[in-house]
Amino acid sequence: MLSRVADSLYWMSRYIERAENNARILDVNLQLLLDLGNQSEAEIMDHWAPVIASLEETELFGSLYEKADGNSVTEFVTMQKKNPNSIFSCLSHARENARTTREQISSEMWEQINRLYLFVKSDAAKKLLRTSPHEFLKRITSGSHLFQGMTDATMSHGEGWDFIRIGALLERADCTSRILDVKYHILLPSGEDVGGNVDTIEWMAVLKSCSALEAYCKLYVSQVAPWKVAQFLITDREFPRSIRFCIDSLDNALHRISGAPETRFANEVERLSGRLRSDVDYVTISEIFEFGLHQYLEAIQKRLVEVSEAMYDTYCASLGAA
Amino acid sequence: MSDLFSQYKVDDFFDEMFSAPGVARPHYSRILASFKEMGAADFERKRALAAASFLRQGVTFTVYNDDQGTERIFPFDLIPRIIPAREWDLVERGLVQRITALNLYLHDIYHGQNILRDGVIPKQIVWEATSFRPEFMNFDVPRSIYIHICGTDLIRDREGNYLVLEDNARCPSGVSYVLENRQAMKRIFPYLFAEYRVRPVEDYAQELLNVLRYIAPPEAREPNVVLLTPGVYNSAYYEHSFLARSMGIEIVEGRDLLAQDGCVFMRTTKGRKPVDVIYRRINDDFLDPRVFRKDSGLGVPGLVDAVRRGNVSLANSIGTGVADDKVIYHFVPKMIRYYLGEDPILGNVPTYLAADKSDRAYILDHLPELVVKAANESGGYGMLIGSQATAAEREEFAAQIRKDPRNYIAQPIVALSRSPSFCDDSIQGRHVDLRPYILSGEKVTIIPGGLTRVALRAGSLVVNSSQGGGSKDTWVVEEEE
Repeated sequence: MLSRVADSLYWMSRYIERAENNARILDVNLQLLLDLGNQSEAEIMDHWAPVIASLEETELFGSLYEKADGNSVTEFVTMQKKNPNSIFSCLSHARENARTTREQISSEMWEQINRLYLFVKSDAAKKLLRTSPHEFLKRITSGSHLFQGMTDATMSHGEGWDFIRIGALLERADCTSRILDVKYHILLPSGEDVGGNVDTIEWMAVLKSCSALEAYCKLYVSQVAPWKVAQFLITDREFPRSIRFCIDSLDNALHRISGAPETRFANEVERLSGRLRSDVDYVTISEIFEFGLHQYLEAIQKRLVEVSEAMYDTYCASLGAA
Repeated sequence: MSDLFSQYKVDDFFDEMFSAPGVARPHYSRILASFKEMGAADFERKRALAAASFLRQGVTFTVYNDDQGTERIFPFDLIPRIIPAREWDLVERGLVQRITALNLYLHDIYHGQNILRDGVIPKQIVWEATSFRPEFMNFDVPRSIYIHICGTDLIRDREGNYLVLEDNARCPSGVSYVLENRQAMKRIFPYLFAEYRVRPVEDYAQELLNVLRYIAPPEAREPNVVLLTPGVYNSAYYEHSFLARSMGIEIVEGRDLLAQDGCVFMRTTKGRKPVDVIYRRINDDFLDPRVFRKDSGLGVPGLVDAVRRGNVSLANSIGTGVADDKVIYHFVPKMIRYYLGEDPILGNVPTYLAADKSDRAYILDHLPELVVKAANESGGYGMLIGSQATAAEREEFAAQIRKDPRNYIAQPIVALSRSPSFCDDSIQGRHVDLRPYILSGEKVTIIPGGLTRVALRAGSLVVNSSQGGGSKDTWVVEEEE
């Protein structure tokens, strides 16, 4: 497969996953505000600040809007063209990448991306966002699910498919870690009254942001305890949005591409992903807390970036050089 | 009773569907009956369906006159153009004759230049052609084929005679619309296909791939064929991607390729992979910054060297522009006589060369009755339709003609045939042309029919997509005796 194509497939998939995650985070927080009842302007700003932080766009947001409230954040996350990671921007990037790889992906996949892109561009979408943001955001998340399902069902599970998988998994692991990270302060050992009603609602929102509430409840029978949430989202072996699951699958996809067995590495990216995989596979939640949850998550994010860069170097950059 | 055709006017043109007002040509009678039964609302619904399906599939081209680079669909007219098999057979023979002569001519021009020595074509016309590539003199192209893919534009005059308007022997585009239009028609009007025996066009991509494999360097046993595109921002990118997909070959950009030691490779995730044949959709000028335009970022440095060494084959070959230049066009009937000893089956539109002294005087005196064209422009650019231009525009062209006569030709304004088309809520006559796609490999194959382009603006003679043109499905139908 052409290196450029592999890179485009990877980014196509990453951007779709990013649009989906952003849609879910926004949706959960809009609904959470309803649960929390009447709040002062300052409280509302406090509510949105970590959300914007988790998107890593605090500075840009500050330059575009005077205050953070439901309306400004919604616009920023959905339609703002100046935000390179708004849903609109993500879907535009995803479609551009799909357009350059049309001979690799199935027609069904292309039409789905195109349909989603034409939807966010339409007047109907703007109207829907005004009247029912939830339905709008639902269209985005299910549009992404549909795309991923089509990818599995209509595209050959060869090299290109693995690059698509890697894009989505890296993005998802990164996103889960950031969602968890913005709540880490609640887990600080000095935290005074951890476990109040508001905290429970907020932790449920964290789970919902990762589509994880139902899976979590099955395992822990609806007892939403902060450290258990962290344990679940980091180390669960079976939940498809946990960091461990993403990294295990990512490492598997990389080995499928190189053909090397998963017990050894064939190149730099596999060395990095294999080491990350065994760290996450064998770590315990108490070790994580000892190390510091925030520090741990930050380290994970950094190592995910390293994997992504090594993958580019291994498969896209160096081979062509004369 | 009122129907979609009740207001239709044939006027003083050759009409593809009607031989006289209200009298349909026999091969159109069944389809006309179907369209008459259909109400305006039903017709509009089907039209919207087709447009939505093109948009959903991304069958679009990009227009660059606004900041967004808007993607548009190529307007599609539902009423097909029908060509009876007997009529088509004549066109087909004429096109085979013409492409055979053009390929012989190019071989001659890049070798002995007998046609120049025998005075059939004035020497300076070839040597002064900007598209002539003297660097390729005495170079032998694989299988002696220069033009592998040709799109020849045909028009019909007031009597219905088919005439060649121009040959496109560089990188003709539009064939994807032929295939997509047919697919759309089959989905929307399955029952019409049951009533006619329409020659299929679906095997075009396979035929094209056969041609590309045929010209591969002989050492390449399983040749690696790729399509070279200028990139996703090119207005024809959809077509490039469509053709690559239909042939199952890689679509590459210049930056995906690498030329080293006279060979071309593509950069893949598993290392370099040798490339044997390149179907390039990039003009000569941009192919290789070491040989042609130095500022080209689209090409591959060293590509031309690899071509010269015979390690990679190009379709079309370099330098074919010296066959489709609008001045050379004038000499094609002479080429046919010279190389084949035959009379041309398809005529040319009479052409005046500004380079010729007496022709030039005629052109300058008769501008309002002529179409003036720049020799190397396409897409409806660099063109003056005398009757529709202002006096100032005509003056401007006259000045250009005096300044650079080699670059201009003029033709009388041909009253192009018209075909019923849906415009402004009713069906009206609109001017059409026809671009069949001709493939030259082991044999010459021509897509039955081709792309019918229609000038959707009332009275307009310009059918190019960049100038408000649309297209129709084109059927070559078997006649039942």
